[in-house]
Amino acid sequence: MTLKKTISIACTAALATLSAGAHAQISGGVVKIGVLTDLSGTYSDLAGSGAVLATKMAIEDFIAKEKPNFKIEIVSADHQNKADIASNKAREWFEREGVDTATELVTTSTALAVMKVAKEKDRIAIMNGPASTPITNEQCNDVSVHYTYDTYALANGTARAVTKQGGKSWFFLTADYAFGQALEKDAAAVVSANGGKVLGSVRHPFPGSDFSSFLLKAQASGAQVIGLANAGADTTNAIKQAAEFGITPTQSLAGLLMFITDIHSLGLKSTQGMYLTEGFYWDLNEETRAWSKRFFGVQKKMPTMVQAGQYSSIYHYLKAVKAAGSDDTRKVMEQMRKMPINDFFAKNGQIREDGRMVHDMYLMQVKKPAESKYPWDYYNVRQVIPAAEAFQPLAQSRCPLVKK
Amino acid sequence: MEIFGVPSALLGSQLLVGLINGSFYAILSLGLAIIFGLLNIINFAHGAQYMMGAFIAWLALTKFEINYWVALIAAPLLVGLFGVILERTMLRKLYKLDHLYGLLLTFGLALIIEGVFRDQFGISGESYEVPEALAGGIHLGFMFLPIYRAWVIVASLTVCFGTWFMIEKTRLGAYLRAGTENSQMVQALGINVPLLITFTYGYGVALAAFAGVLAAPVFQVNPLMGSNLIIVVFAVVVIGGMGSILGSIVTGIGLGLIEGLTRVFYPEASAVVVFVIMVIVLLVRPAGLFGKA
Repeated sequence: MTLKKTISIACTAALATLSAGAHAQISGGVVKIGVLTDLSGTYSDLAGSGAVLATKMAIEDFIAKEKPNFKIEIVSADHQNKADIASNKAREWFEREGVDTATELVTTSTALAVMKVAKEKDRIAIMNGPASTPITNEQCNDVSVHYTYDTYALANGTARAVTKQGGKSWFFLTADYAFGQALEKDAAAVVSANGGKVLGSVRHPFPGSDFSSFLLKAQASGAQVIGLANAGADTTNAIKQAAEFGITPTQSLAGLLMFITDIHSLGLKSTQGMYLTEGFYWDLNEETRAWSKRFFGVQKKMPTMVQAGQYSSIYHYLKAVKAAGSDDTRKVMEQMRKMPINDFFAKNGQIREDGRMVHDMYLMQVKKPAESKYPWDYYNVRQVIPAAEAFQPLAQSRCPLVKK
Repeated sequence: MEIFGVPSALLGSQLLVGLINGSFYAILSLGLAIIFGLLNIINFAHGAQYMMGAFIAWLALTKFEINYWVALIAAPLLVGLFGVILERTMLRKLYKLDHLYGLLLTFGLALIIEGVFRDQFGISGESYEVPEALAGGIHLGFMFLPIYRAWVIVASLTVCFGTWFMIEKTRLGAYLRAGTENSQMVQALGINVPLLITFTYGYGVALAAFAGVLAAPVFQVNPLMGSNLIIVVFAVVVIGGMGSILGSIVTGIGLGLIEGLTRVFYPEASAVVVFVIMVIVLLVRPAGLFGKA
């Protein structure tokens, strides 16, 4: 036996032991990812089955590219936007089915509920759909990641840009519950900080369908900008009716929480010229187009930022598991925070100690119908908001984990 | 000029908007009242049938380029036919049972219908443009009135009073009313009561679909658009008096106006004001404002 051969055998043996060791650290030999989302309700278009698809794509790509020595499984469930259903399901997954991470979790109430269960059971919660800032502030914990966006980033991006471009007087149309009021508060602060003035606001019942009365009030206020501090069908109906009552284009609208699916369902005629902030757009560059077209091939809809973020976060999670050689929550969380995120979704994305993933955001303006050249060609990118400016600075954080 | 600290222009415009919403309430509650009055069925599928009307109009326009005016006639006919099939195959078996059974069946049907549409079209909804002939608006001095909204008032009031006339003043209406009073006696006089009942349910459902087509250019066409509205409409029917035809029309319009006023003075309460009135009416006049005790 030559020396060379001996060394090579020794190396192989060592590698085999190593990988066997790594294998032994994956509980049950399987990394199990749970997608807990709204599969049937208000948010099923922006998250829903598209988020499940994005998760599957991430797992397939990860296996093909990184060739892990562990198995990966996916389970999914509909939490119906109800916190109790979400936390029961997460508990069942963690306790009995060996699920390592509960992900997506659209709507803040379900996210907060699952975060608590994850903390108790020492598993990981990765959030893409929910919007509210308490997730990384008062309610933050060390097993949670808030990945795609939050209300701070959206209000900050849209309200600042619109105010700076001359929209100095604002009137808010606000959904009358915690989320709408938080969004209005965040946006109003940004407006004032940038030299604008808030003339007033009207709170509409949630959910509403006829907004004409409220819009007439906004019209009578004479404000240049009507800020829509609501979401989903409330926002789309308000935009549609603003056009009907001749409010736009005399006054302009600013959607504080909107997704590409909303623009798609309204059409460009009633949304043209609107500003909104997004964490992702399918048509940004070659990379985003390539991924989004694969997604479109199955889903028949272009991905929202939530769905793209879901792919990116799952891929990042799996990379962290591989790097840690374990699915142990502490080790994986440490790896996830340590490794920067570089893919089609984020460049140099970073998970902070409060659980916030910071990355560039985009200020978009909706195209005029004549500017739109092909299906889903909806946005002009007006500004790239750098990661450092897009999200709430750590100095303002109310999360106890942040050392000041 | 100001009234209670509110500029009269704003007040006028809010009353007009209230009238528009009131006409939607009137036409939907009318359908419910007819069905309850003659069939004793609490039609919980009414919201889903309204949504079907809107979706048929949208599908007709986008897939087959059939315009609004044709859809306004065709969608109610199609959905009415669907209602006839439901009545013949399912509802018919429930007339002798407690109201609760009809309610459960129609509620279940509503869930199924909405589920199918949600699965097919997603939740965000689709946009239906205002037909060209009715696009634009008029400056009334105190507000900008979209022509389409004015058309909604005219169309729904015409249909409401046409229906009322048919039931109260024609021979067919007399058969219908007699059929509900004593169906065996009417049958003995040689009138086909089961057919009358089938026709009535079909007509009530068609009214819902008609309202759906009217609503398509105003609201986003979405699978849950009916379930958001139906609870208020039920309250309207209860306030007006279950089964009272004129009551449902008048109450529908009246409550639309009251809701409009609430939006001026205390917008946060605009979603509950109808139910507050319902509670008061039930306490004072349990049979409803126009109901026979």
